[in-house]
Amino acid sequence: MLNIIQQILDKTAALAQSAEVFMFTSEETPVVFEANRLKSLQSKESRSISLRVFKNGRIGFASSNKPEDIDFLVKSAIETAEFGAKANFQLPSQTNFSVVEVYDSNTEKVSLDEMVNLGNGMVSALTEYTPDILCEASISRNTLSIDIANSSGLEAAYKKSGFAVSVEGTVIHGSDMLFVGEGESSCHPVLDTTRVLDSVRLQLDRARNQAKINSGKFPVIFTPDGLASAFISPLMAAFNGKVVLEGASPMGNKLGQQVFDSKFSLYDEPTIAFQPGSRPFDDEGVASEKLDLVEHGIPKNFYYDLKTGALAGKKSTGHGGRAGGLPSPSPTTIIIKEGNTSVEEMLSDIKEGLYIEALMGATQGNVLGGDFSGNVLLGYKIEHGKITGRVKDTMVFGNVYQLLKDIEAIGNDAKWVGARLMAPAIYCPSISVASK
Amino acid sequence: MPNIEDIAKELASKLKEHKADYIEAHLEDSVSSYITYRGKVLESIGKSASVGGNIRALVNGGWGFVSFNSLENIDERIELAVQEARIAGKGSSHLAKIPVVVDTASIGSKQNPVNIPLAHKKELLDSYNALIWKTPRLKTSNIGYGDAYKTSIFLNSEGSFIRQERSDVTLGMAAIASDGNQVQQANMSLGSPGDFTAMENLEGAVREMAAKAVGLLAAPQAKGGEYTVVLDPVLAGVFVHEAFGHLSEADFVYENDSMRELMVLGKKFGRPELNIIDGAAVPDLRGSFNYDDEGTPATKTHLIKEGVLVGRLHSRETAEKMGEKPTGNARAVNYRHPPIVRMTNTYIEQGETTFDEMISSIKEGVYARNWYGGTTSMEMFTFSAGEAFMIRDGKIAELVRPVVLTGNVFETLQNIDAIGDDLAMNQGGGCGKSGQSPLPVSNGSPHIRILKCLVGGK
Repeated sequence: MLNIIQQILDKTAALAQSAEVFMFTSEETPVVFEANRLKSLQSKESRSISLRVFKNGRIGFASSNKPEDIDFLVKSAIETAEFGAKANFQLPSQTNFSVVEVYDSNTEKVSLDEMVNLGNGMVSALTEYTPDILCEASISRNTLSIDIANSSGLEAAYKKSGFAVSVEGTVIHGSDMLFVGEGESSCHPVLDTTRVLDSVRLQLDRARNQAKINSGKFPVIFTPDGLASAFISPLMAAFNGKVVLEGASPMGNKLGQQVFDSKFSLYDEPTIAFQPGSRPFDDEGVASEKLDLVEHGIPKNFYYDLKTGALAGKKSTGHGGRAGGLPSPSPTTIIIKEGNTSVEEMLSDIKEGLYIEALMGATQGNVLGGDFSGNVLLGYKIEHGKITGRVKDTMVFGNVYQLLKDIEAIGNDAKWVGARLMAPAIYCPSISVASK
Repeated sequence: MPNIEDIAKELASKLKEHKADYIEAHLEDSVSSYITYRGKVLESIGKSASVGGNIRALVNGGWGFVSFNSLENIDERIELAVQEARIAGKGSSHLAKIPVVVDTASIGSKQNPVNIPLAHKKELLDSYNALIWKTPRLKTSNIGYGDAYKTSIFLNSEGSFIRQERSDVTLGMAAIASDGNQVQQANMSLGSPGDFTAMENLEGAVREMAAKAVGLLAAPQAKGGEYTVVLDPVLAGVFVHEAFGHLSEADFVYENDSMRELMVLGKKFGRPELNIIDGAAVPDLRGSFNYDDEGTPATKTHLIKEGVLVGRLHSRETAEKMGEKPTGNARAVNYRHPPIVRMTNTYIEQGETTFDEMISSIKEGVYARNWYGGTTSMEMFTFSAGEAFMIRDGKIAELVRPVVLTGNVFETLQNIDAIGDDLAMNQGGGCGKSGQSPLPVSNGSPHIRILKCLVGGK
């Protein structure tokens, strides 16, 4: 395969001023449970080779998963360069990247039997706890290889392992439906599902009774998952260097100003060992580094790839990410710094309010402006410091920037939400609630 | 370099040699191109080619699935899929009978849109972007154009061998306005099964979109609460897709006793005026095809007829397990995924109420148009309008900020009390389910009126 990368660069040398080849190969083995039973075993192999060229000052691009078809890649990349965006930057030269550990050989060694057993264990634990629950579960391991080389002399590669377990449960009574779920992922094998199961059992306990909240303004605790469903998309758009450059980010002219509550700090951290979002360098060969986005409520940096950075007169922050096409600024692993208040303390402070685990549809409105309006998919009523039951037919309405300006408290127990976000609970003193 | 036609011919006999209850193979060869703009400048342009396939095997009710890019060593892949199925299978296999089909079909435009010169595509998009930017107070714009041409071959151990070609074109545009303090946007999205001319002559719509984004800056927020809501065909189409279509997908029902009870055929879901249909046999739309990804011929399925649940969407497995007929709704977004139950072209059938009749009796209501998106949890749904107006004393009144509508699916279907005479289909959407996105679908409706719908707002 490395031979192919060299062949492509050689072939392009006479046709374009600069060239870069990015190659991705992956193998994934998911074990899938449906309706409490093992349903399928799968193996998925995939690969792709992308070629970016600079010709006459413009960028051309092509991708293919036929490594034999070098001619298509070169011809298409050159053809598109006639119309492409201006090439305003240099491809990086060879660098000695710091080690970021993302590969554990044990992950590949987990047998199919072990994976099937993990799934059976989760399903039986939950059906014992709640007999009428129907579970879908997935246990998946994967390996991923990235190879990048360019005409400035860069040649770099890394290999990453991944393991993910997740379970979703549905409980239906008449037309009343409850959805619960949890997952965990790592570059290491995830062989202990206790945390996942405890979390689902807690959701089931809390949702056992139903409760009603009237329309009005109430204090709300967003759990880490609740935050993920409403706050993260607008924030990630606002700190995207490209959105800033276009003048569409509400944070664009706010660097160095006290925009958020001083308790609020936000980072992008691609170098945490064995975290699935980590990597030694980004998809353009720029070294990964922790990036402060917000410190004590003050916006500090935006995230950039090479091209956007050059347009903005900044350096790439190592956030060039690819999703099949050309790189663009992309976050890696987002960390919201934990505070010092326990969830119990937050609850005890609230006479009447909501505890929100998941909002549905909150990120489909005016995301850039920070307004959100979401249906409480999973959330509970708080009465006199206690969770009393699940609320339904309830919408909450807010603006991310206004809510994060005045935070009552931040939780002291941050947790991973998926593989790419670590967040604590956040207690907001007053949010509009509309209910039937 | 092996090609999919040769591999498919070789496979035809091999699939029958293995000890499995059923085996199928999908092989795909596709090309695509895209052009995106951010702001005034072209952001990216590229071309892509992809080849790959998968083998899916069924043994004792368990499935094995192996997907690949390299067309080498197919024998080993079949063996692996069968082994996997054997580990997963602990019961018995159930697949509805379908005819053995040997056929070649072409879906959508005969012309491969990827071959239209990039210069021509760029010229058209340049002209739209220039129009957007003529609007004062515009902050930025986004344009995303994409096209694709795909040859796929399906074959199974029962002897079916189906070669389908399909083309697809999509265009999404957004205008983003700002007055310094706040940001508002307006979007449009459209698609076609490969006909590039469907992307042409949109100057009026583009101008209108840009003006809307600016207009929203001065618009007030609707007061949250329950309203009588009128949806335009685009938004009503999203509603029927999200709120009812997903509920009709039998894979969520067939192994779930509570869902089977809830979704029992013959149950009344709406008023007698309500008819809902899904079908890939409805021609010339982005969700149209001749055969689904299990080789089942496309159909047109009534889901709700005169307010009563009469059908649902099936794969071969869900149909057999529920004792119903397969509907040809097993689809995979590409060869990397197994086919699952999906929608195709989903719509509310035309009624008789004119738009004026619909709004004339509303004292205070919301007229919601266009869409940003929508999701469902089966029981509850939310969908976002692209723009909204208040209705006051039977007339369309002031523009308000885009609203999010939410509700309980079952109550809301019962609360549809008027259906318009102006059915229109929207082709700009892509559907996502179980990590498979965006699948080409279309959805549509006439204008509809919903009583007591919850609107998010201050």
